[in-house]
Amino acid sequence: MPLQTVLAVIVLWLAIALLGIAFARNLRIVAKILFPLGAAGALVLAAAGFAATLGGTASLVLPLGLPDLPFHLRIDALSGFFLLLLGSVSAGVSVFASGYLRPGEGNAPGLQCLYYHVFLASMALVLVANDAYAFMVFWETMALSSYFLVVSDHAKAEIRSAGFLYILIAHVGAVAILLCFGVLQGGTGDYSFDAMRKVALTPFWGTIAFALALAGFGAKAGIVPLHVWLPEAHPAAPSPASALMSAVMLKTAVYGFLRVMFDLMGTQIWWWGVIVLAVGLATALYGVIFSAVQSDMKRLLAWSSIENIGFIFAGAGLAITFRAYEMRSLAALALTAMLYHSLNHGFFKSLLFLATGSVLHATRERSLGKLGGLIHRMPWVAWLALVGTLAIAGVPPLNGFVSEWLLLQAFLFTPGLPQNYLNMFIPVATAVVVLAAALAGYVMVKFYGVVFLGRPREEKLVDAHDAGPWEKAGLLWLAAGCVILGLLPVSVIDVIDQVNRQLLGQGLGNSSNWLFLAPIKPERSSYSPLLFLAVVALVVLATWYLVRHFYHGRVRRGPAWDCGFPFQTARMQDSAEGFGQPVRQVFEPFFRMRRELPSPEDRAPRYRVTVEDHLWHWLYLPIGRVTEFASTLVNKLQQGRISVYLLYSFLTLIVLLFLVR
Amino acid sequence: MLTIAGIAAQLTELMLAVLLAPLFTGWVNMCRAWMQNKSAPPLLTPYRVLLKLFNKEPVLAQNASPLFRITPYIIFGCMCLAAAIVPTLDINLPFNAAADAIALVGLFALARVFMSLAAMDIGTAFGTLGARREMMIGFLAEPALLMVLFTASLISGSTSLSSIVGQLGRMELMIYPSLAFAGVAFTMVSLAENARIPVDNPATHLELTMIHEAMLLEYSGRHLALMEWAASLKLFAYSCIGIALFVPFGIADGGNWLGILISLPVLAVKLAAGGFLLALIESVSAKMRIFRAPEFLGTAFLLAVLAMLIHFLLES
Repeated sequence: MPLQTVLAVIVLWLAIALLGIAFARNLRIVAKILFPLGAAGALVLAAAGFAATLGGTASLVLPLGLPDLPFHLRIDALSGFFLLLLGSVSAGVSVFASGYLRPGEGNAPGLQCLYYHVFLASMALVLVANDAYAFMVFWETMALSSYFLVVSDHAKAEIRSAGFLYILIAHVGAVAILLCFGVLQGGTGDYSFDAMRKVALTPFWGTIAFALALAGFGAKAGIVPLHVWLPEAHPAAPSPASALMSAVMLKTAVYGFLRVMFDLMGTQIWWWGVIVLAVGLATALYGVIFSAVQSDMKRLLAWSSIENIGFIFAGAGLAITFRAYEMRSLAALALTAMLYHSLNHGFFKSLLFLATGSVLHATRERSLGKLGGLIHRMPWVAWLALVGTLAIAGVPPLNGFVSEWLLLQAFLFTPGLPQNYLNMFIPVATAVVVLAAALAGYVMVKFYGVVFLGRPREEKLVDAHDAGPWEKAGLLWLAAGCVILGLLPVSVIDVIDQVNRQLLGQGLGNSSNWLFLAPIKPERSSYSPLLFLAVVALVVLATWYLVRHFYHGRVRRGPAWDCGFPFQTARMQDSAEGFGQPVRQVFEPFFRMRRELPSPEDRAPRYRVTVEDHLWHWLYLPIGRVTEFASTLVNKLQQGRISVYLLYSFLTLIVLLFLVR
Repeated sequence: MLTIAGIAAQLTELMLAVLLAPLFTGWVNMCRAWMQNKSAPPLLTPYRVLLKLFNKEPVLAQNASPLFRITPYIIFGCMCLAAAIVPTLDINLPFNAAADAIALVGLFALARVFMSLAAMDIGTAFGTLGARREMMIGFLAEPALLMVLFTASLISGSTSLSSIVGQLGRMELMIYPSLAFAGVAFTMVSLAENARIPVDNPATHLELTMIHEAMLLEYSGRHLALMEWAASLKLFAYSCIGIALFVPFGIADGGNWLGILISLPVLAVKLAAGGFLLALIESVSAKMRIFRAPEFLGTAFLLAVLAMLIHFLLES
């Protein structure tokens, strides 16, 4: 039944997409009817995904596609979990989008509705595809529909080039995935996933398939060094689209990687996990360090997505290594951590992207250095964004902390691996996780403090208005998700455990009661967010009451003191660049930095610092130059005279005749 | 786990921590004054300061948001929970299961995030400067602190603080080289986290060098009192973590009142010695430039990593 429900939702979304074209210029119908309808469909999809994690697998053959090559679909716990993520996150995003669409921004609302819902439908189809052909078709549909969302505001040149970079890397990744499936079918010529599950690859071909899967899905997920498209494409898209891309589309890549590594491929080698772990940790650190020096709020969030993808891949790496050594309960712990983090990231990242969308609409400003003090003007957005900020900063009792906690536990459990070196270095590698997590706190304080706190840095911010009811509802839904996922980890892990059982044959189990999260053994480690919150809240209330009771509740308002300095202006607050300065200094080797410092005598001083990615200059520009050089060589063949082209045809014919003779 | 006796013991410990924390701060100030050949302020001065601040009327900046006003309460609540989950008098306390060593670090991070946000709320130059520096110290100190706690938890096979302390307390009295390294690293981290010399100076009046104090500049009255009290509680909690990890002897195990009664004077002696040591460190070292702090905390981090490696090489 869940599979039929999923298909029904997909049909609904496609119908909404078509209706969007029919009412292309009618904002009322598109925003107030079609998008909420899509959100309702998303909720049904989430319910179907949840049901799929509980029930067994179901499969279906859809007589579409090429003759003799129908689409095979299948739903199981793994796809159910990601459908749950897709449905629950996109419900909030769609509701938000109802209030977000404005006339005169980018494409016509109906077109946006088309791309948006085709994007949603293709993501759902990717999650239920059960053969390589269907998977690739849906995967490409997803890439193309999201490309059109990215270039929605295509009048701007930088948005077009961001879209180009995105589609380029998406296709490099897609080629790798295609080749990976080619290896996985193992010479049988049967590209259905059911056939691939039966193939036993040799370690050599297994390694090739692993490398292709890591590169292909990694390109979509944004692991270093294939991350460059992410900070360009996410800010370019309208906010609901950035939210979906960051929160859900990156997770389809995670899903694909898990599907290949844990389901389709029978071969397992321990050092694959080590490579994934190393790549994941490098990605996490790289992402968060760059995130700290950004001064565009959406770009900052995009880099932070790279960091979170790094955490997710680090967890996957640990799970692969543990499984290769048949330590299934520990593999379940690592897998739980990464799946939990995927879900968490879906919620808090979409919440923050949407909040930046509201800020963008209210102020027309994306640069951190021109915002500030919005907590007074837009209290709803500010307080809901605070939930997302705390969640992503990884502080208890919200959801980001739970998955970080699980990931750290997985790292700490490594002693016991048969490899001595791994035993020693994986706990030390924990330091990278902790450093990245602590830096994430820094980044989020910068983001929230500069945008919402302090005093408005520009005059026009005084007119900023709070979000409308639809936007508030969407934000509220996602913020509630962050809180619930943070407070009830045991129930969430019960759902994730179904995925563990499917992929590993063993669940994590919780050895304590519903109040305490205690994987493996309660005396080893336990954490209870509800008790945590209860104690802090009780102390806060008791203190508040006692202070009022024994002293007084009087308060006087006056000008800010600032050590008695009377001439303070809003420009004296830290700018985004100023707040990032410690990170620029401490992690200097990571950046390609150019500073322009004015001399002391300069009458019109200009201070400028540009921070760029080394990898762009070391990897991408050389490849670009080589490609350009090769194309000039090829260009020499084209003389523009018909006689030359006829000569080519003639020579080709001669060569072919010679060959087939 | 959640028995009446357990909760009673837990509340006793929490109340003791809340009430004694300013006394500990007073003791450290007293020792420092002695060492610097000054006449020492009375031991009870911190209480008088708190009393005075509670009675005063707080002055809020005109553009202070509600976030600014609730932050002192939240930070005070965080520090109370921190003091409650660190095993000071007894190991078997009910709140111990609510948060382990990782959650303890998360708890300090929560307090730090709120304090920095509140410092940025008014929008003054010094506030944002303090917030930025505090977050920098935070991301440098947090990995080192967790590596210290991880070393201890690898030795005891658990991240739960009560299991760690129980395990370490039951061990035969022998020197663990890994714990020695971890101890040095922990001392360095605690100096940084509690805004002590050489990273920050709690007694400074020079705004440009401030970290912690710069964030409190806009606070007054009861809000400032709660912030100060929370800072004392943080120092107290850190000292108790140090005691619990590195000199865990004499902490009661099993939740009987007699054990708690015995462990109370033991704790007092250990805290007095710890406070003296802190004052000594503060008196013999000079405040560093802010950008020397990464080197200082990097050293602490390396020592903690060494401790972990030594544990693997020599002790397992």
